[in-house]
Amino acid sequence: MRVLLNGSPQEVDAGTTAAELVVLAGAPPTGVAVALDGAVLPRSRWATVLVEGATVEVLTAVQGG
Amino acid sequence: MGTGGATNLAVLERALVASGTELTTVAMRRVDAGGGTGVLGLLERLGIAVLPNTAGCRGAAEAVLTAQLAREALGTSWIKLEVVADERTLLPDVVELVDAAERLVDDGFTVLPYTSDDPVVARRLEDAGCAAVMPLGSPIGTGLGIRNPHNLEMIVAAAGVPVILDAGIGTASDAVLAMELGCDAVLLATAVTRATDPERMARAMRAAVEAGFDARHAGRIPQRFWAQASSPVRDFWTQDTSNPSQADS
Repeated sequence: MRVLLNGSPQEVDAGTTAAELVVLAGAPPTGVAVALDGAVLPRSRWATVLVEGATVEVLTAVQGG
Repeated sequence: MGTGGATNLAVLERALVASGTELTTVAMRRVDAGGGTGVLGLLERLGIAVLPNTAGCRGAAEAVLTAQLAREALGTSWIKLEVVADERTLLPDVVELVDAAERLVDDGFTVLPYTSDDPVVARRLEDAGCAAVMPLGSPIGTGLGIRNPHNLEMIVAAAGVPVILDAGIGTASDAVLAMELGCDAVLLATAVTRATDPERMARAMRAAVEAGFDARHAGRIPQRFWAQASSPVRDFWTQDTSNPSQADS
């Protein structure tokens, strides 16, 4: 199925979780947050199984401000 | 001090240490953006607290979600709230800013808003429950200093929360002026990180903030139009013209 990861279409297996997508995005182990369909997905719910067309943002802190 | 603009982490580390800062800003970006993810490790090692910002956000909804993501990622409810109107000026969109501030305060955040130097907007932000107000001296990254010192004085005079000058500082004298005008702190990045010698400029800024703070609280003299001698005005030695030997000397 297809999801949108950080703005890019991504082909993933059915049953893929948010946590698996975080790994796929190349995120560091800490300092990461996930938004699923425009709302924060707390780390405690990263086991959530994604559905076709889900929009996932994986963010971390960088130099700025 | 902010972390933006440093060419590499080693330069940033030396500047942060020289500045003496205990709190520094970071931005939230997509992990594939290649934005140097080592900054968190550096700040942890230096024992400097992290203040995430909402830089780049253009509307209240975007800023609120970014703040919530920052809280989730970094475990802090402190947020430097930025909602800018356009890329050319990077000036705050104060309508969206006040809206976002109200929503974030309701959501339990400690909100530190980057705002214009408008005393009325500063008051609205304080009324919204912001923990401080952070007016600009001039637009972000311009180094133009404090373009409207009187506005800043009015903000300071009316504020019941700390006032932090945020943006526009170019050199140490700008930081001194901000503190002399009554600001509680300054927040700066570009002036240090893009200086030829960031570590040395960071040291200058630290000294400037301390100097301005002391000058503000030391009770400066009133300004006067005519000179006022600092040496005693009595008991002058006066030349005795009747004594030839003295007159010749």
